[in-house]
Formats: sequence, C-alpha cells, structure tokens
Amino acid sequence: MSFLTVASATLKKDVRLEWRSKDAINAMLFFSLLVVVIFSFAFDPTAEESRRIAGGLVWVAFLFAAVVALNQTWARELRNQVLDAYRVSPAPANPLFLAKAVGNFIFVVVLEALMTPLFIMFYKLRALGPGWELVPIALLGTWALVVNGTFFAAISIRTRAREIMLPLLLFPLSIPALLAMVNATTSILTGEESARFWIALLVAYDVVFTTACLLLFETVLEAE
Amino acid sequence: MASSLTTVVVTEGLIKQFGRFAALRAISETFGGGKLYVIVGDNGAGKTTLLRTIAGLASPTRGTVSVLGATEVRQVRAQIGYMAHPSLLYDEMTGLENLRYFAGLYGVSGEDRCRNAIKTVKLDPDLDRPVGQYSQGMRQRMSLARALLNDPSLLLLDEPFSNVDARSAKEMAALLAQLRDHGKTIFVVTHQPALLEGAADEFVAMEMGKVVSRTSILQAAQ
Amino acid sequence: MKRGFSILAIITALLLSFALYEALVAAPTERTMGDVQRIFYYHVPSAWTALLLFLINFVSSIVYLIRKSAKADILALVSAEVGVVFCTVVLVTGPIWAKPVWGIWWDPADIRLNSTLALWLIYISYLILRKFSTSSKTASIAAAWAVFGALDVPFVFFSIWFFRTQHPSPVIAQGGSLDPAMGRVLLINWAAFLCLAWLVCWTRYRLEVLKREVEEAQALESLHEVSR
Repeated sequence: MSFLTVASATLKKDVRLEWRSKDAINAMLFFSLLVVVIFSFAFDPTAEESRRIAGGLVWVAFLFAAVVALNQTWARELRNQVLDAYRVSPAPANPLFLAKAVGNFIFVVVLEALMTPLFIMFYKLRALGPGWELVPIALLGTWALVVNGTFFAAISIRTRAREIMLPLLLFPLSIPALLAMVNATTSILTGEESARFWIALLVAYDVVFTTACLLLFETVLEAE
Repeated sequence: MASSLTTVVVTEGLIKQFGRFAALRAISETFGGGKLYVIVGDNGAGKTTLLRTIAGLASPTRGTVSVLGATEVRQVRAQIGYMAHPSLLYDEMTGLENLRYFAGLYGVSGEDRCRNAIKTVKLDPDLDRPVGQYSQGMRQRMSLARALLNDPSLLLLDEPFSNVDARSAKEMAALLAQLRDHGKTIFVVTHQPALLEGAADEFVAMEMGKVVSRTSILQAAQ
Repeated sequence: MKRGFSILAIITALLLSFALYEALVAAPTERTMGDVQRIFYYHVPSAWTALLLFLINFVSSIVYLIRKSAKADILALVSAEVGVVFCTVVLVTGPIWAKPVWGIWWDPADIRLNSTLALWLIYISYLILRKFSTSSKTASIAAAWAVFGALDVPFVFFSIWFFRTQHPSPVIAQGGSLDPAMGRVLLINWAAFLCLAWLVCWTRYRLEVLKREVEEAQALESLHEVSR
C-alpha cells in the first residue's frame, strides 16, 4: 500500500481502461484534428505573420483539447460511486491524484504530438530560434494545465454545472502559465527573444502548484 | 478480534445537517461488537447518512462518532468494509481485475485472497465478463466480495438486497449470518428486513433522523 | 459592538466627504493630464484596498484550513466579495483614465491593470465556486481554491512584468516623484476607502452570521417537536 504501488496500480488500471474503451480515445483524436482544421480556416495568415501568432493559436488549441480530456478525469470513478470505495480504503489520497494527473498528462501530450505536425503543415511553421527548446516548453506547459486541471476536476465533482466549473476555475489561474507558454513559443518561432525567462517561470509555476495540489488534494477529496 | 471489543460504534449527539435539512438529529447510541444490526426506516429517515458517517464518508456537522475505538475513522479504515447500492466497481473490468486493484489499495496481496473472496460470495473468479454485464444479483455479490477483501471486522452494507433476485438475496443473508458468527460486526440498511429476520441480533428503527427503537423482534420495529 | 459600528460609520462618512473634496477640488491639477488625472485618487486606493482584502482572504482561508473556524470562513467570504467590488472600481476607472490621456482603452502591457483583471477573474471564480458547491464542506473547498488564487498572484505580476519588458507600452508609468500635495490626497482617499471597506465587511459579516444561525435553527427545529 505504499505511495508508489498505489499510484502505479492506479495509472496502469486507467491506461488499461482507456485502451479498452477505444471509442473515447478515437473521439478525442478526431476532435483534436477538428480543432486544428477549424483554426486553420479561422486564421489564415501569411508565413511571416503566422510565426507571430502561432504560439497563441497552438496553445489555445491545446487548451481546448486539454479541457475536454480533463473533464472526464473522474468520470469512471463517479459512475457506480467507485470514488467511495477509494475513500473508504486506507490508501492515501495523493497517489490517486498523481496517477490521474500523470494519466491526463500522457494523454494530452499524445494529442499535442498529433496536432503539432498538422499545425506545422497548415501554417508552414519553422522555428527561427532554438527549436529543441519547444519540447521542455510543451512538457512544462502541459503539466501546468494538467496538474491544476486534475485538481479542479476533483473540485468540480462537488459542484453543480461540473463541465463549466472546470474551465471556469482553470482559466483565470492559468493566465501566467499561458502567457509563458505562448510567449516562449513565439520567442522560439520568431527567434527574436530568448525563451529562458518564460521557461524558468513555468518551472517555478509547476513546482509551486504541484506542491499545492499535493498538499490540498485530500481536503478536496474528502469534502463531501 | 472484533468480539473482544465491547463497543464498536459509539455516537454522541451526532448531528448531520445539509443546509436547512437535518438528516441526523442528535443521535447518541452505542453498538456492541460481534452483532448483526439491521437498520430500517422510511426514505429520508437518515439510514444512509448514518452508515456513511460511520464509514467516514460523511463527517458530522456536530457531535462525535467513534468507530473501533478511534475518533478519526481514517485510522481504522483497514478494518472496515463498505458496500452500497451502486456497485463501487469498474464496469469495464472483470470481477477479478476489480478485486486485484482494490486489494492493492488495502495492501492486501495475493491472487488467492481475491479468488477466495469471490468464491465466498459464490461467484466464479475466472469469469471473463466485465462487471458491467453482470446481473444485479451478481453485481451486488461481487461488490460484497470487494467489501470482504481486507477481512474487515466491521461491515457496513447499504441496501445490499436491492433489486437482487430472491435466491441471491437469501444466499447473501446466510453469508452475513455466517460472518457475524465468525465475530464480525455488521450493519445492514435495508427495506427488506424480513430477509434477516432469523439472523439479526437487533433491528434499529430510524425515523426523521433519530433512532426510535432498538429491538430484537422485527414486528416491534416496523 | 453596535456603538463601535456607529462610530465607524460616522468616521467613514466624514472621511469620504473630506476625501471627495480633496480629490475633486483641493488637489492641484496635474500639468499634462488635466482634471482627468483626479480619477487617480480613486483608481489607486481602490487597487490597494482590493489587494489588502485579498490578502485577508488568503490568510483567513489558511486559518480555516488549519483550525476549521467558522469565523475564518465567513471572513474569507466577506473579504472576497468586498475585494471584488473594489477590484471592479479599478477596472472601470482604469480605462476611463486611459482613454483621454493615452488614447487607448486598455493596454495589454499595463501591469497594474492586467494584474487586477487576473485577480478579479480569480476571485469571481472563487465566489462562483462557493455558490455552485453542493458539498457540505464548501468552506474547505473554497479555502483550498483561495490558496491557489493567492499563490497565483506573484506569478501574475511577474509574467505581465516580463511581458511588458518584451512589449514596450505606450502608457507612461507613474514614475518619478509624486507631488507631496497629491500624495497627501492619495493617502486621505485611501484612509476613507479602508474605512468604507471595513464598514461594508462588518455589515456583511454580521449578515452572514445571522444567515447561518437561521439555517441551523431551521434544521434543528424538529429536535423539539413532539414525536408522533
């Protein structure tokens, strides 16, 4: 019943269940493709302009995809009140949270990996700055959205209008992280500035909020 | 181990309030160990709330509840088994897969424990069907198997016989009596108390958030 | 208690009138901006008051998480509500000031205004969360969220500050020294706003306490009913 065993057992279980209900995955994948296509119709810039706005476009698209994924974080645990079974057991709350957050993270990163080549293609994107820096930006930024999103998804279990509650809580809080992700990405694409400060901000943001989530998750889980 | 404890559940002035509605109104009761208690009453009487409070799923607005000697239920969670009308199982996994996962939450290892729990409720551990495709009777039995995984000394069952076929219900009732004979303390909330008429030690009647009577005779409780 | 309240009310009324006079009449007219600049005496103290109230919200939320004190919870709720009101004042006076002076309604690189906007959004979601919660432990959930919100504040400031260094702003910062006469008026207005905030919070606090007492009384009413 150690932290790691509970977390990995939960993560494995979630991956297995997600894999078995392939319709959900397929629907999400198709949805991400749709988002990219809609954006490419809505925003049709020249190659020069697109380097300036692509950062914003890409991250808004990722944000949409993330919210759709995050909203169903606890769906299986709410069906049949499985969450009660977890709460009634002596297992600590944090491994459950971490497993869910990591699961969401993997899922959203996969979606981003699929959407990115499409964006590159539609907007003829090319990084004028150090392109490899986009990887840590993507990972740190995604974690920032997912760690808080998983936590707020748990809060929204205890509210009315669940699906709207999650973005309502997530968006305002994520403003600094979004600014960082977007500006970092734009800096790399245009090659005009260094993204270092933004990356540092994201690291600090991730550390602070992951800690806050771990400290407060149990309070929220037990708040019936 | 439970039978050496004289009191398993003690509530004092237990009040549970939801906004303007008081589901439990100052309940002060003592429940001894090794007995089978059947809680009866109309809808809204507070039976489920009481059970959930004992299970640690709901916390008192005022007053105290002490379970297995602990004031914080979380300290004794390893000794509690809980079952409710929803199955508390993942529909997409088989019974054994479900139990393996929950066994991990209790630090209970061993394929055998899971298999034995399933056999105890007279189901087939190797059944390859996901729980979502079970009949209601099978699902309730598998849910009971989950509640028994950690060999709890205190069992809390909320409407275990609901929508269950007559034969499964009788088998479950017999199993509960057996578990009580082995020293477990069992609380059953049900609308079908007749199923446990021979086996129950006490019928606890609740009405409007209070315990109005405790008797060993079913007739008197209704 | 009641006397203290009346005294505060009188002081507030006096201070506000005095501050109004100072701001609109007595304060010297700004050289470049003219009379529009007088809005500064509402804009800035409102921002400071809002920040102070959000700080109170943060501290009482932490106190609640540790001690589970109902008073802390009520104080958190009240300070958030009144804080949002002052925040709204900042967000309304900002553009009113900016348009005639700098020619634009809103500058995305203005630290104070954008930070206030982010804060406003965070605390409005705090209030919505409280309203929409179906849990009997709303106080705990809200307190947890308040901690997140407060932790976000430094990030909001830093991110917008750095954004500004990359995107220079047409808005000239209120740099350099402030005319001491103006500084005095600023402080008088802030004192008046603080008293007003205190007065409103006090009233709202009493109201909430009464509301909860009524709820509790209604819930336990039938304890004294004759059983059937």
